[in-house]
Amino acid sequence: MTQVQEDRAPARVDADATPVLEVEGLEVGYRTRDGQVYRAVRGVDLRVRPGEVVALVGESGSGKSTTAHAALHLLARGGSVTGGRIRLGGRDVSDLTEREWQAVRGREVGLVPQDPTVSLNPVQRVGDQVAEVLVIHGLARRREARRRAVTLLEQAGVPDPAARARQYPHQLSGGLRQRVLIAVAIAAGPRLVVADEPTSALDVTVQRRILDHLETLVRDRGTALLLITHDLGVAADRADRIVVLEHGVVVEEGTADEVLGAPRHPYTRQLIAAAPSLADGRLVASGPTATATGAPAAPAAEVAPVLELVDVRKEFPRPRGAAGARSLVAVDGVSLRVDRGTTYALVGESGSGKSTTARLALHLEQPTAGRVRFRGEDVTGARGETLRRLRRGFQVVYQSPYASLDPRFTVAEVIAEPLRAYGVGTRVERAERVRELLADVALPADAARRSPRELSGGQRQRVAIARALALRPDLVVLDEPVSALDVSVQAQILDLLVRLQAEHGLTYLFISHDLAVVRRVADHVGVLHDGRLVEQGTAEAILLDPREDYTRELVAAIPGRRPRPRTAPAAAR
Amino acid sequence: MARYVARRAAQGLFVLWAAFTIAFFVLYLLPSDPAALAAGSGGEVASVDPALLDDLRARYGLDRPVLVQYADALGGAVRLDFGPSYQSGAPAGSLVAQALPQTLLLTGVALALAVLGGTALAVASVLPRSRWLRQVLSALPPVGVALPTFFIGLVLLQWLSFRAGLLPAIGNAGWQSLVLPAVTLAIPPGAQLAQVLSRSLRGTLGEPYVETARAKGAGRLRVQLGHALRNAAIPAFTMLGVLVGGLLGGAVVTETVFSRVGLGRLTVQSVNTQDVPVVLAVVALSALVFVVTTLVVDLLYPLLDPRIERAPTRKAVAA
Repeated sequence: MTQVQEDRAPARVDADATPVLEVEGLEVGYRTRDGQVYRAVRGVDLRVRPGEVVALVGESGSGKSTTAHAALHLLARGGSVTGGRIRLGGRDVSDLTEREWQAVRGREVGLVPQDPTVSLNPVQRVGDQVAEVLVIHGLARRREARRRAVTLLEQAGVPDPAARARQYPHQLSGGLRQRVLIAVAIAAGPRLVVADEPTSALDVTVQRRILDHLETLVRDRGTALLLITHDLGVAADRADRIVVLEHGVVVEEGTADEVLGAPRHPYTRQLIAAAPSLADGRLVASGPTATATGAPAAPAAEVAPVLELVDVRKEFPRPRGAAGARSLVAVDGVSLRVDRGTTYALVGESGSGKSTTARLALHLEQPTAGRVRFRGEDVTGARGETLRRLRRGFQVVYQSPYASLDPRFTVAEVIAEPLRAYGVGTRVERAERVRELLADVALPADAARRSPRELSGGQRQRVAIARALALRPDLVVLDEPVSALDVSVQAQILDLLVRLQAEHGLTYLFISHDLAVVRRVADHVGVLHDGRLVEQGTAEAILLDPREDYTRELVAAIPGRRPRPRTAPAAAR
Repeated sequence: MARYVARRAAQGLFVLWAAFTIAFFVLYLLPSDPAALAAGSGGEVASVDPALLDDLRARYGLDRPVLVQYADALGGAVRLDFGPSYQSGAPAGSLVAQALPQTLLLTGVALALAVLGGTALAVASVLPRSRWLRQVLSALPPVGVALPTFFIGLVLLQWLSFRAGLLPAIGNAGWQSLVLPAVTLAIPPGAQLAQVLSRSLRGTLGEPYVETARAKGAGRLRVQLGHALRNAAIPAFTMLGVLVGGLLGGAVVTETVFSRVGLGRLTVQSVNTQDVPVVLAVVALSALVFVVTTLVVDLLYPLLDPRIERAPTRKAVAA
């Protein structure tokens, strides 16, 4: 296998050079609360050569992040390396003391952490945080380090670096903060940069720019990059080699073309199959499900749309003293209609107003102007009893199944809560309905007595869906329902949503930033940008043949679509 | 900024007025008769010459309707004139002013001890590598919180003064006499501070930016003092405002235990003898201290945490 990789490795990577990182038979265990040791990484071998970009791919719990952190000796509490060797630039670092590791971290290996919004010290100026690396490793004194920090910020692609250096993290956008963290990672000129899901918290267009920049930076400097990602598209776009991890074991490795083009391991195949892409069509419920419950699956018969927004506008007052206009326009003249039995997807990046639009549809916000119609009835100013009656008709599933279920409730209590709130049925009838709903979302009946904490993310999201369906609503608002989930789980949940829609004739308002996911479920798509609906139409039209520049940019930024000269000679860059 | 301070000052004035008013009416409603207490009869009306009582009541204006007395007292308080003490006849304001320096000294030293000791203990409870040592050190603050001030005072007196004879037990003479009361007064707030701060520190050490700092190659001290402590100090700082107010209350007990002259002692005496003007002056002063410390704490926040800006009162809505 090694032979094959070396033959196909890009020209820049010197196959004979000493690997920057060499991991052999790595074993990492976490001590669990009951005194057991959980083996998170089991005998992983990994090599990263100078100038090479290696992607470590896997789902949550695969041990990819743990492997990467072991290379910096930065394991979470309770974790320890229990076996194997780690070599950095040929030097065995497996037995270094904590103090010796301090000289290695930052200097020989830089880390770009996962979530830029929380990975910078909120009370320090960003320039000082970059300069600190130089000071720690004795590369510069404070004043000199500050000056060099500005240069580093510039190299990391921060515009107006001198002014930015004096700002605090909260004054920068997520993308800029990630650039600051990249500056931190490259500050001391390490030979290896470990990037742990560096962009999964960012919008696609920002993600693409950051990854482009990071890649150029490491390639220009001849630095090696170990890229940890759950996103095969990102790996496909960026990596020379891909290593696939499952349950702490390497199941496949090879060049990006090999692994993605001709996967040998079933897990890799499953990952590739589960990853949504625009090339796939909309999911259709299969089997005799639609007739099973005798629910109506006939749209079109009803004239009035389930939800109609007419030229809605939402302004939020700005805090006094803030720069700019007195109010912030979050949603600006949005009109859309969602017909019964169909899915309308609202896509956009953070700050585009998609969540506010969803909240307007759910009557959690009142529009500043415009009308909201529900089943043909104007409900714009509904309050009190009227609103309460209306609320029965629309339910919501939130993004994080970890935060949206009360941990003190059992699953049955979670699902039955809307029924209790509206006084539906007797206790026995409600229990029966809970059983029915659990079966609907394909959870075992005995899940009812368990706590949400005992369930996986995907199972929890099924519970949240069951809860949303309890009152047989006319409209279900799905606010990024799969973006917190692994791809394979994501695919299962999307299948479930489509099946439930066919069985019960459900109407969905689907909020997402992920166009590939939208492609799988949406009939109609609306693209939001700065509070305006820049384009809307059928899913096919919008996603496959976008008219507006902004939509084109969004589509182009989807990972896994970048044409890439994989064997480009060094001079080309 | 100026508008913010003005608004807060207006709120502070309201707090002062409310504290004064409530104190006035509570004192008025107490069953015993201040005139009888002033006459030295232990509050028994029957045993005093009625003419003397009438004379005293007239002298202090106690024979007028309650609202008139209130308006008079409030008007005087605004001019910092709280009227003569029923007991000594000296102006209540100057009695308080005389007692104040000793108490300020005591509470000031105690506050410094509490902040320094509390911070040191909190840092010490997360810094050592030894898990055992960390656990022992984190168990200390709850003990300090649980002990009542008078008990700490008595134990310290017993050990350090009566047995070892190291420090004087009572009085206001010299710095030696300040040590025991200041330590006694500092322990409960210091322990509370340590508890909040060490909990906050432990939480902060799990934050992703701490991992970023470690990934830079920062050592333990740099991570904990340079990155974690300032972030962890924010909730502890909030508590500081409340603790300063609590120190005044603690001074009452401490000054009594150590027989020190000061505001605490004056308060106890005045309450016992229902010396309304003096009590009102003390209440107004405590309320003022409270208002000022909270305002100062709030104004200092932005220095500690740049995310807190002064002008906006509502969080910006990021849509």
